[in-house]
Amino acid sequence: MYRYDEFDHTIVRERVVQFREQVGRRLAGEITEDEFKPLRLMNGLYLQLHAYMLRVAIPYGTLSSRQMRTLAHIARAYDKGYGHFTTRQNIQYNWPKLVDVPDLLDELAKVEMHALQTSGNCIRNITADPYAGVAADEIEDPRIYAEIIRQWSTLHPEFTFLPRKFKIALTGTDTDRAAVKLHDIGIAIIRDENGAVGFRIDVGGGQGRTPIIAETIRDFLPKQDLLPYLEAILRVYNMLGRRDNIYKARIKILVQSEGLERFTELVEEEFTHLKGGAVELPQAELDRIRAYFAAPRYETLDNGSKELESARQADEEFAAWVKTNVDTHKQPGYAIVNISLKPVGGIPGDASAEEMEAVADLADRYSFGEIRVTHEQNLTLPSVQQSELFSLWLGLKIHGLATANIGHAGDIIACPGLDYCNLANARSIPVAQAISRKFENIRRQHDIGRLTINISGCINACGHHHVGNIGLLGVEKNGEEFYQITLGGRADENAEIGRVVGPAFSYDDVPGAVETVVETYLQQREDNDESFVDAYARLGATPFKDALYATR
Amino acid sequence: MPLVKNGEITPDPWTHIADGEDAPLDAPIIVSTDRWNAERASLVHRNAPIGIRLRNDQLPDELGEDLYRFGVVAIEFPAFKDGRAYTQARLLRERYRFTGEVRAFGDVLRDQLLFMQRCGIDAFEIRKLADAEAFRSTIGEISVFFQPAADDRRPVTALRNRAVASWAY
Repeated sequence: MYRYDEFDHTIVRERVVQFREQVGRRLAGEITEDEFKPLRLMNGLYLQLHAYMLRVAIPYGTLSSRQMRTLAHIARAYDKGYGHFTTRQNIQYNWPKLVDVPDLLDELAKVEMHALQTSGNCIRNITADPYAGVAADEIEDPRIYAEIIRQWSTLHPEFTFLPRKFKIALTGTDTDRAAVKLHDIGIAIIRDENGAVGFRIDVGGGQGRTPIIAETIRDFLPKQDLLPYLEAILRVYNMLGRRDNIYKARIKILVQSEGLERFTELVEEEFTHLKGGAVELPQAELDRIRAYFAAPRYETLDNGSKELESARQADEEFAAWVKTNVDTHKQPGYAIVNISLKPVGGIPGDASAEEMEAVADLADRYSFGEIRVTHEQNLTLPSVQQSELFSLWLGLKIHGLATANIGHAGDIIACPGLDYCNLANARSIPVAQAISRKFENIRRQHDIGRLTINISGCINACGHHHVGNIGLLGVEKNGEEFYQITLGGRADENAEIGRVVGPAFSYDDVPGAVETVVETYLQQREDNDESFVDAYARLGATPFKDALYATR
Repeated sequence: MPLVKNGEITPDPWTHIADGEDAPLDAPIIVSTDRWNAERASLVHRNAPIGIRLRNDQLPDELGEDLYRFGVVAIEFPAFKDGRAYTQARLLRERYRFTGEVRAFGDVLRDQLLFMQRCGIDAFEIRKLADAEAFRSTIGEISVFFQPAADDRRPVTALRNRAVASWAY
């Protein structure tokens, strides 16, 4: 993992001192809430329906057990004993008191964490594949470049007041677990026909009220050009992005209005000036950062542990968990373990202080003290010996963290919705809970197979409803909550925007409607191997429409 | 309105002239590009320094070689949230090597002063006197910089790798 040096420590500490002074001015009444707003937003502090909400950055979703313990401590000391992991690999606290926030930030700084650039119209926390460094098919570790971009974008003097927020995601494999096509800039590490490693740069993806899949602006960018090229894109966007309408201000709108070809020309022209300039990273700095992401000391092992096989034979529940929550590791004898934060009837992404501490302890014991946060609001232990999977599972089970539903119906993505958020039109959390209960039988979930259900409480789409296989969008009609259903979305390397299936359903009816969609799929699928999205692609919307609206 | 230059509140020798307003012949003035384009022939023959005011959707290349006639390029922050002038400032300094004064006007607030200075702005029309007075302390709140910009502060990438920096800088 990356470790702060004196410079990283200094900037984070200085920012806390600066913010403490700003909070002081606010509490003393020297500045109004309006004047304070941009200052607090620069530090990730939002004003929600009931209280301030603090969003803490988890750069590219990587946490140490020590950091996780601090997050647990903060949950206990400054919040109501829990935190909420988000779709951008961050964590949010819903109940901090303004006067406490500087102290909270001090505690974060001690474990090399901060809340910088988790809000505002700047370059936000960089996200990456949660399997970075351990994925079996990885070309190169995206964390190296994510860290480089994190540093370059920190308090960037030119790009802190962009037309709108700006999100960058990276992946180092063909299998996209970082939804790079749904970001303002998506970066995929690739190998060209000569074997050289570089980047494919996608631009203009995003969700919100205008969901767009990113288009490729550069098929192959040499490594040393990364920062000059990003600076070129950001500069074109900063000058030309719309600022007159918040809903048309994201880079995706600019790319659409200019057209990809013209936009590419503008970027390439700017890039000719920046290429080879001071922003290009010195090799020594690249090497310095790369060294932090060296593989941990793996033992030399073979795949196919006997302990694992006998435990699978003996315990059906464990076998089911292995099937859904455990993935292939690049190192023989090891596995990647996903911890579902979606227990039956739970709040997606919520974790209590006790659960965070349990995960930290298990990470120390089984996974080199490393934890990842996924954009599906789950956690990952990246490197677990296959022979220890059973004892890890037992440890997770004690804490209710062994739900075997990763990538299945119960693994619902949901935004905070009207329970917390002042933008929301409808509640998300109780809908997620109700749907989760409908699919509480894990065997049935496994029979249904891979299925993502994503719920947003408003058109801003924080719950990624556009790219859920089944997406729910909360809307308000005459003061009542309704939910529009979209079908066929996906956030992976074959990213698709789901299509609205028909008129919206009421709060009470929507869990049943989701069940109807699933039942229709089960009746119509060719065999158990045809997943929901594949069946939808083959069948189209008609059978689902018929089933949903036949009796209305 | 206080003007901060070289870190101090200083008297402003320049006057902003609105379009249509009479321009004094013997005092330094700042005019819009529209005014400049319309009255270039007479303005170049004035005996006093002239500065130009850019709208924030204009790029410095619109000025062509005239850029180097101006003692001041004034760039606007219509609202602190509108960050186009940061790019204008960097282009003026880094691409066009403009060595005169680059001045920020409009919604120039204390909490953005460091970003402005890093982008090459060296004169600040600051609305609030308290913000102008706090200039030096505000600029000094952050001492570490993670990227090169238009100022001479050395980014951490250079400081960390001094051996490399010695030839690269």
